[in-house]
Amino acid sequence: MIHWNSFADFLHMGGYGFYVWGSFGATALIMLVEPIVVARNRKATIARLKRQMRAELNAHSRAENRNTAE
Amino acid sequence: MKDRFNLYKYASPATFYPLAGALIPYFAAVAVVFGLAGLYLGMLVAPTDFQQGEGYRIIFIHVPASWMSMFIYLVMAFWAAIGLAFNTRLSGMMAQALAPTGALMAFLSLWTGALWGKPMWGAWWVWDARLTSELILLFLYIGYMALTAAIDDAKRADKAGGLLLLVGVVNIPIIYFSVKWWNTLHQGSSVNLTKSSMAETMLWGMLLMAMCFWMYSIAVAFMRVRTIMLERERHTDWVKTILAGGEK
Repeated sequence: MIHWNSFADFLHMGGYGFYVWGSFGATALIMLVEPIVVARNRKATIARLKRQMRAELNAHSRAENRNTAE
Repeated sequence: MKDRFNLYKYASPATFYPLAGALIPYFAAVAVVFGLAGLYLGMLVAPTDFQQGEGYRIIFIHVPASWMSMFIYLVMAFWAAIGLAFNTRLSGMMAQALAPTGALMAFLSLWTGALWGKPMWGAWWVWDARLTSELILLFLYIGYMALTAAIDDAKRADKAGGLLLLVGVVNIPIIYFSVKWWNTLHQGSSVNLTKSSMAETMLWGMLLMAMCFWMYSIAVAFMRVRTIMLERERHTDWVKTILAGGEK
């Protein structure tokens, strides 16, 4: 069932190892890194939006305090 | 009447956001299962090619990446058309979420193609119709991303980007049929509806890998579209509720 005789055989890819593993390696790298980058970007965006929301709420309540003081 | 299926409901970001979030783990899991099955068949079981030896195994990522690079562009163009015709909010967000993944697929198609071309043709690159039109596809993705990033107003960015996508869609049939229309170094299609030029295990390995790439693309695009939704809809109540609820 398995096509290869040994692991070294598998790595060698009949002399095409550099080309085959260069292709699969680049693909694996991209498919691992892309989701990580997207997830980190999401965390950073959520943190920034939360900061902005809090800042807006604070500015709003300060303005209200000023109005009541007058 | 109140239980009638309503498509418009799912086109609203407030409904789509949690739905996409719930679906991401499933798409990711299915992508892993298809990927492992495809790698097993393609890399461990499939026989040697009688012309290209073991070098042909690049096909198991080259063809899925190339298919996805074209398909994702078509989906983006579809959303662009919907957005320009009906002025829906979701469409521009979907196109933006898909673009980086499409660009990466186009890049992988060219990269694996170069690594395949070198041992088989003796050249990393030739200015052949198939290769050149795929390179133009990569530039269309990059152009779309640069254009939409350069326009601050999201609605205008969607409009300009959408027009670029619709004009560029002419490139897709050119890529697809290039091996028929012109004499090219690139081999003809490996699969068509009536017959396939490949052994059964090769064909199944390739189709499983294509499904893996498809599910992966959906999962990543959903992850990205959720962030875009929060960003663009930050002044709406539903986003404020989500942020106040401690979304991570």
